[in-house]
Amino acid sequence: MTLAPFKIVSKRVDDPEAVGLQGYLATGGYQALKRAVLDLTPEAIRDQVMQASLLGRGGAGFEAGRKWSMLKKSDVRYLVINGDESEPATFKDHMLVERDPHQLVEGALIAGYAIGAARIFIFLRGEFALGLERVQAAINEAYEYGAIGRNIFGSDFSIDLVLHPGAGAYICGEETALLESLEGKRGFPRIKPPYFPAVIGLYGQPTIVNNVETVSNLPWIVMNGGGEFSELGVGRSRGTRLFALSGDVIRPGNYELEMVKNTFRDLIFDPEMGGGLAPGRQVKAVIPGGVSAPWLGPDQLDVLLGQDEVAAVGSMLGSGSIIVMDDSTCMVRAAWRIAKFFARESCGQCTPCREGGSWIEKVMRRIETGSGREEDLDLLMDLCDNIVPGVSWPPQQTTICVLGPSIPSSVATAIRMFRDEFLLHIKEGGCPYE
Amino acid sequence: MNDSDATVKLVVDGHEIQAKPGEMIIAAAEKAGVLIPRFCYHPRLEPVGVCRMCLVEVKGPRGFSLQPACYLPVAEGMEVVTNSDKAKKAQDGVLEYLLANHPLDCPVCDKGGECPLQDQTFVYGPGESRFVEEKRHYPKPIPISKLVYLDRERCIQCDRCTRFADDVAGEALINFIGRGGSIQVNTFPDKPFSSYFSGNTVQICPVGALTATPYRFKARPWDLEQVESTCVGCSVGCQIVVQSSENELVRYLGLDSEAVNHSWLCDKGRFGFESVNSSDRLGTPTIRNGTAAKEASWTEAMAKLAEPLNRARKRPESIAIIGGAHLANEDLYVWSKLAKSIFGTDSVDAQLGDGLDPRLLTRTNRATIADAVGAEVLVLLSGDIREELPVLFLRLREAAISSGLKIVELTHAATSLTPNAAASIVVSPGQVEATVRSLVEQSGQEPSDPSIAVAKAIIAGADPNRIVVLAGRMNQAGSSLDQERAIATLIDAKPGSKLLSGLRRANVNGAIDMGFVPGHLPGRCALTEGSKELIDAWKQVPTQIGRSTPEILAAAANGEIDVLFLIGADPISDAPDPELSERALAKVGTVVSVETLPNASTRFASIILPAAAFTERMGSTTNVESRISLLGQKLVSFGLSRPEWMIAVEIAAAIGEDLGFESMHDVWRELSVVSPLHRGLSLQALGSPGTREGVLVPVRRSRVSIASNRSLDPVATPGIISVEHSGPPSSSGTGRGSDAYPGIEANASAVESVDSRISGDLLDLLATPNEVAPIGSGDLVPVLRRRLFDGGTMLVRSKNLTELAPAPRVTVGGSTAASMGFAAGSKVTLSNGTSELPDLELVVDRGVADGVVVVDLDGESGLTRRVIQGENLRLTIKLESV
Ligand SMILES: Cc1cc2nc3c(=O)[nH]c(=O)nc-3n(C[C@H](O)[C@H](O)[C@H](O)COP(=O)(O)O)c2cc1C
Ligand code: SF4
Ligand code: SF4
Ligand code: SF4
Ligand code: FES
Repeated sequence: MTLAPFKIVSKRVDDPEAVGLQGYLATGGYQALKRAVLDLTPEAIRDQVMQASLLGRGGAGFEAGRKWSMLKKSDVRYLVINGDESEPATFKDHMLVERDPHQLVEGALIAGYAIGAARIFIFLRGEFALGLERVQAAINEAYEYGAIGRNIFGSDFSIDLVLHPGAGAYICGEETALLESLEGKRGFPRIKPPYFPAVIGLYGQPTIVNNVETVSNLPWIVMNGGGEFSELGVGRSRGTRLFALSGDVIRPGNYELEMVKNTFRDLIFDPEMGGGLAPGRQVKAVIPGGVSAPWLGPDQLDVLLGQDEVAAVGSMLGSGSIIVMDDSTCMVRAAWRIAKFFARESCGQCTPCREGGSWIEKVMRRIETGSGREEDLDLLMDLCDNIVPGVSWPPQQTTICVLGPSIPSSVATAIRMFRDEFLLHIKEGGCPYE
Repeated sequence: MNDSDATVKLVVDGHEIQAKPGEMIIAAAEKAGVLIPRFCYHPRLEPVGVCRMCLVEVKGPRGFSLQPACYLPVAEGMEVVTNSDKAKKAQDGVLEYLLANHPLDCPVCDKGGECPLQDQTFVYGPGESRFVEEKRHYPKPIPISKLVYLDRERCIQCDRCTRFADDVAGEALINFIGRGGSIQVNTFPDKPFSSYFSGNTVQICPVGALTATPYRFKARPWDLEQVESTCVGCSVGCQIVVQSSENELVRYLGLDSEAVNHSWLCDKGRFGFESVNSSDRLGTPTIRNGTAAKEASWTEAMAKLAEPLNRARKRPESIAIIGGAHLANEDLYVWSKLAKSIFGTDSVDAQLGDGLDPRLLTRTNRATIADAVGAEVLVLLSGDIREELPVLFLRLREAAISSGLKIVELTHAATSLTPNAAASIVVSPGQVEATVRSLVEQSGQEPSDPSIAVAKAIIAGADPNRIVVLAGRMNQAGSSLDQERAIATLIDAKPGSKLLSGLRRANVNGAIDMGFVPGHLPGRCALTEGSKELIDAWKQVPTQIGRSTPEILAAAANGEIDVLFLIGADPISDAPDPELSERALAKVGTVVSVETLPNASTRFASIILPAAAFTERMGSTTNVESRISLLGQKLVSFGLSRPEWMIAVEIAAAIGEDLGFESMHDVWRELSVVSPLHRGLSLQALGSPGTREGVLVPVRRSRVSIASNRSLDPVATPGIISVEHSGPPSSSGTGRGSDAYPGIEANASAVESVDSRISGDLLDLLATPNEVAPIGSGDLVPVLRRRLFDGGTMLVRSKNLTELAPAPRVTVGGSTAASMGFAAGSKVTLSNGTSELPDLELVVDRGVADGVVVVDLDGESGLTRRVIQGENLRLTIKLESV
């Protein structure tokens, strides 16, 4: 199979000039916004986005056009751009905000226009120091250029855009926790129902939360049409996606590919992309969509990189970050690391996630450090079951948000796929990889 | 069918049940007898759905899924399964998780035996823990205020305390910090959890994480005895249970009364019981000759009293009684009869010159708390309600925030309700009547003060029948006439409006209803309005209106009073002029003190008669809204002390008279005949299950729709049924849903007779105002303000509350401070020209009127009153060198 790179959102990332307004304009920047506010109605844009079948790129993969159509009628509605990206090994938005901040601003403005937002907030991970600086500079330039503020490009459309830095908690990427945080409260996720952002969102008003990459696609869609966008990809997965490839590959990095045209194997082994593994190494496991996703085995490398295609094998494409683990990796340790991340990053609100997360982490640590017991494997599976009844995929949950159900993903798949390795740890009283 | 009658049908565990729209599954199921386990859910808090203990299976479009029953409202046709294997596995799992890091120090935990975590683990939880890891550790309990300890190891992060503090009390002083497994409840650095309402967090904590100093390690639940009662810390009338162990009071818990306190108490009410246990309690009659005091028997004491009393009876106006607000209704009736019928004196005053003209209460349509929170507009003409009637503050705040009550406040300084007020008008003393006039009078021009303009529009636009005036005392200094005229002006201008009493002392409202104020007879009757039955029973009533407390004291200082009874009263600390009180008490031949505890005035008494405390006797009390509720007896009375009504009977007997009472039932038999207000009531009727929240008088309808909704929910208020209850928790609401006062007949003619005395012209009853002296330059008009912890007798004797009384401070407005060049925090001396009060901290508050100085009223010795007394008083403040 040939590789199908196609650049929509990452087309400027290698052009350092494009970070500033002039460079951005020189590469066609703000044409889409101009067209949107001067020539297109909000409905027309919404139609285009619906046609495009633009799945959300933040993790849940919900179609943007459908989400917009569910926005409750109200005098005041908000648009919030989620740039919190704090999941381990997820770094695609990081690149977009640093290397093409104007594209994000333009995309956000198009979305704001399309949904009739009263104000736009961009919530950016606090640790993105350079990203914050660049997005703020882009916003300032855009104000001066007339792309934000009163009567944008002479049209009737006026809107303000506010950049808000996060304060260092992964959970604030969860959209309702993000809204709480924006409101100045602790980042505790809200319960859905009733707090679906599109119904009761920021300050109680209907709100659309979209990911940085999701809206970065909008300028292209406005210029080329939703139909053109949906020419790329297959099924529900249209357009392209940025895959953040990391782990035991020669060339880790962000790669934009047309959806559903390539497999994990293509991405990992193509010399232009992952470049394969270190000499003599084999793929042991792949995490296909961020650390919340159940793992895939070496026998599943031919699965196509598409939302439904990955779902069909019991995992998810999630945030599009792919972690490759080769045969030198200890699976217990890897699963423990992820458990530790979730135990620390649980907001602590609900019992199963708060207590289950730290309990599972402690048991995993015990096994890895040599004090495991055989019954710990059943215990772990049952602790997982108390967070995700049935330990099935897609997960049911006993918790408020889906951070909780993310905990079992790694632990349960590691046990299921590498039970022997766990037993070896227990038998040898320590990690055989040390 | 209106909204409130609408029902939703759903199926819970195979049975069809009915519920109110919007009700959460957990509450609907509970009413149908299905108890779903819970921790974070509390019927008086907004749900948060965090503990996940209440997970049940609910059928949705994609089949059954686990949902939090506390967070999902019922819907027509909904199917809920609470006991499926899947639901039980989830509940079991949550409990095991909660116990994983729990220290399990039940044997040394105060909650042990009444702990929702223990109890629900017993019923729903796993038998054994599979947790073999190191538990989470924190230093064992840390004090987060002078009253409350926090043990973070025991905390299950249910968010109850934090929600209470933030949502109910409006002070987010405790909050979560950290996240994940290291999330913890804590205070902000350097900011203690000093809230008037902190005890409620202890009450609702479902584990032993929050404990209160007065109860720590005092008793085990299985040793407790309990009785239901009414708090008399102030006149809100919060419903409580009183718990004792080995004849010692150990704890009060708030009962969930729909009408009054929604289960909340203030810390003064909750912890003030310690004064009953005080080692200073008076337990023996004492006779003093000159400086020598000796303990005596009741017989000796009565003999000692008979002689001067017999002499004084020849001139009834030489006998006077001050006090009574701390008595039960039954005492007040008997004392009223003793004074007015036997002694023949009307110089009886339950107020101490710090209240209001009683006619404002006896000649107006009175509002209930429900009327006030359900009103369109509530006009506050009172002190700071949080300081004076704390739990009423919680109710009003909630109504202003969540049910659209518009509060219009007239005040001399910003209050705790100012942030929730639709309009807050800062007025100077002496200007209240004029300000009210500008609010209600038609005039072409728009008032220049924007807050007056807003208030005027609000009042003009409101249905007069839905205006309630909360009438208390805005200023403890100077005359109350201006303020009384303001209240009357407002009520006269808005026929149909109602008055909610803001008189704060325990049973002062009951005292007024029992005629224990000058010019009145029981049942809100004037001296000339006594019923035929009353005249039959009493034979005689005074014809001359008697003296009020300040007048009694002035007359006493003049040598006109021979026998002065102080019953539960300390005029030196509480009457406006402590020096006058001292002179008066020194001059009176026979001062008789009827008291539970000694105070500044008892040292002038030649006879001290020990009275039983509230928890040591039966009786009833009347709250601000005329609700009569019972006092429970939990202890045997201390020493030789007796209830005050018995003391009155003894005194009558000592002078050869028979009041005709041998029991409190006798008292009610007479009272319910002679007093139109109390007609039809009896002690039995008050004690029946359907009247456990108390009875509003006059009883207007025999089938009233206030559900007696007193619930004993051991998960909402752990410990509340610890005595009667063992085994798995259940919600044994008593009298729930009852819509009548069983055994009590409404009496139309009695209601009419009470109502007929309400005329349309209240203002005509009041005196005309005196000239107000102009304010000289540098002079400040004093406002004396009450604080909850004021160092009063009860507080001083409650060892855990004593320290909470802040030193009195002096507060001025920004421009006053600026014009005088004073900075906040400086030490100042207050001077009235002749005497001075040094070493006061100066506070600057923009909410204080110009030219006004607000001084905190302090406790037992009447310190601040010594500088602030008399009318037309002007003060100066001087900066002290630092
Ligand atoms: C624990 C957690 C963390 C998340 N973090 C992010 C994030 O960093 N960025 C993001 O866009 N979405 C994140 N999401 C998903 C958001 O809740 C939300 O679905 C998304 O922002 C919607 O945007 P989209 O529809 O454009 O994908 C997170 C979800 C969870 C449960
Ligand atoms: S699942 Fe975890 S992160 Fe989500 S709300 Fe519950 S405790 Fe917080
Ligand atoms: S201290 Fe008590 S009430 Fe507060 S969160 Fe912890 S368990 Fe709940
Ligand atoms: S508000 Fe009054 S009645 Fe209620 S608890 Fe406090 S002191 Fe007692
Ligand atoms: S989640 Fe329902 S009671 Fe806690």
